[in-house]
Amino acid sequence: MNAINPETALRTMSYAEAIREAMALAMEADPAVVLMGEDIGVYGGAFQVTLDLIERFGPDRVMDTPISELGGAGVAVGAALTGLKPIYEFQFSDFAMLAMEQIVNQAAKLRYMLGGEAAVPVVFRLPSGSGTGAAAQHSQSIEAWFGHVPGLKVLQPSTPEDAKGMLLAALADPDPVMIFEHKLLYKTRGHVPAGRYLTPIGKALVRRTGTDLTIVAGSIMVHRALEAAETLVAEGISAEVIDLRSIRPIDHATILASVRKTGRLMVVYEGVKAFGVGAEISALVAESDAFDYLDAPILRLGAADAPVPYNPDLERAAVPQVDTIAAGARRLFRREV
Amino acid sequence: MAKADNRPFALRTYAPEKLREALRRMYLIRRFEEGAEDCYMRGLIHGTMHLSIGQEASAMASCMELTDADKITSTHRGHGHCIAKGANVGRMFAEFFGKETGYCHGRGGSMHIADVKTGNLGANGIVGGGLPIAVGAALSAKRLGKPDVTVCFFGDGANNEGAFHEALNMAAIWKLPVVFVCENNRYGMSTPASYATAVPNISDRAAAYAMPGITVDGNDFSAVAEAVHHAIRRARNGEGPSLVENLTYRWRGHSKSDRNRYRTKEEIEEWMARDPIARFQADLIAHGILDQAGADAIAAEAVAAVAAGVEFAKASPAPDISEVTRYVHAE
Repeated sequence: MNAINPETALRTMSYAEAIREAMALAMEADPAVVLMGEDIGVYGGAFQVTLDLIERFGPDRVMDTPISELGGAGVAVGAALTGLKPIYEFQFSDFAMLAMEQIVNQAAKLRYMLGGEAAVPVVFRLPSGSGTGAAAQHSQSIEAWFGHVPGLKVLQPSTPEDAKGMLLAALADPDPVMIFEHKLLYKTRGHVPAGRYLTPIGKALVRRTGTDLTIVAGSIMVHRALEAAETLVAEGISAEVIDLRSIRPIDHATILASVRKTGRLMVVYEGVKAFGVGAEISALVAESDAFDYLDAPILRLGAADAPVPYNPDLERAAVPQVDTIAAGARRLFRREV
Repeated sequence: MAKADNRPFALRTYAPEKLREALRRMYLIRRFEEGAEDCYMRGLIHGTMHLSIGQEASAMASCMELTDADKITSTHRGHGHCIAKGANVGRMFAEFFGKETGYCHGRGGSMHIADVKTGNLGANGIVGGGLPIAVGAALSAKRLGKPDVTVCFFGDGANNEGAFHEALNMAAIWKLPVVFVCENNRYGMSTPASYATAVPNISDRAAAYAMPGITVDGNDFSAVAEAVHHAIRRARNGEGPSLVENLTYRWRGHSKSDRNRYRTKEEIEEWMARDPIARFQADLIAHGILDQAGADAIAAEAVAAVAAGVEFAKASPAPDISEVTRYVHAE
């Protein structure tokens, strides 16, 4: 009998709760898993993701670090090199810049520099993105920076289900993984399966099938692209929306197969447009046989060439929104109004 | 009443065999560095290297009490630390030669020699890069309930990096089993430590992190061994980190590009007169742990080991260029 388990069917939770559930599951299963970060203990983290975990697992496993991102990330790297599985939370992804040395020079390269004789199974969690009125130093989307670094894996969950499955997959991975969580998604709710499951790293997911246009998006842009796709139905445009999920490694096959089918490509991302995820995906298509299937130029929609502004109207205007995504699609069909 | 034992600390603390082995490794470091330099001059090694000739006592005496389970983190000037921790010079030369048999299968070179299995977490090309990593290794030991300690080597240049301060602070607040060993060889490349550092002694920094700090003659084997011995005992007893500053000197330039424009010939000669190997050997002979013939045999053995290491490296296969992306991720 294939009756749906009503408990499972109704199992919804927020993105933040899903991440917390993943951490708790991992900590129960493996005493080597420890959490580190600023104010992740009794405070529960700046976005409450680690709420109550210190009560369950104690301060030895839910470690408040000083405000020392370089040192904290480095301690996590050293601990990962020697038997622990640390999850280090940057309070904001912007603060990872203080720790670039340890992330890029150490974590990413140690296995290679040591000829495969070492592993750094560290997970970095990074609350990311704009839309909170926190201005230029607390609102960036810098995931593409890390896409340029061999040795790292870079993930961007868009749903609670993926947020949990990606964190568990990251912990199961023997190499450093960075997970960019979107601050505006923390309170969004969705179905989350119970127990342990892994969202495969490096696999994009077609969230909406379509025939006329491929929209590749990540994180919160997936939701905006899906909403834009609905508005385009009435105009006779059938958009396929691919949730990129993983920036490094990137899922070439899923993207190329979709472009071959639709003949049009738009890449939507929250990072600054120049030198971003859109450039990589555009080049990927341009260098492949899928280029021959294109019926229109490729379009990139990214953030404005400016720091993220404070004024809410400016902030909204600085990054792709549902209306700008829909307008972008119309341009590809020369239906600009 | 028993007569007071006036021998230097190391000589009254360690067995004769262990002391002779320490001398052997110090000779091995010296001859290794000279061998590396020679291979470079003859065009057998490319790239650059940072030689630790003159600093052998600091490396060896700091490793006297370490087992394979204990960890070290090292620096760009790290060949001596590797040998002191027990590395095989053949595999080290093979790494210099970029060979598949090297410690890093030819991917790392001089600045990344490591042997995680024997507790050597690696040299590091970034000044200060190893400090937080050492603290992380100490955290692992504490969380996993192991008695292991980590000895973190760094130079005077690293003490002005933010990573130094963040690492010492975290080690102190969590009382982690790590010993910070600063090898103050007086110059960060060309910049004198006295110019670059606001405090007279780097060990003075320890006070800011509520840990013991001591400055010793880094060319005096026994002085280093004694300071590190107390720091390691403290770490193993769960009393937290310490900072030991070894005052020493590199006889050679910073790297192959150095033309010694920032220091005088007289200064170099003055420090060469304080040769840490000659001093340690004289102590061992004076206290009957070794005779001259025994010392000569140890020295000759180091020469032979280095020659054999170079031959092993020469004869080893190069990596397959089709494997340029191998080891980026787990296989």
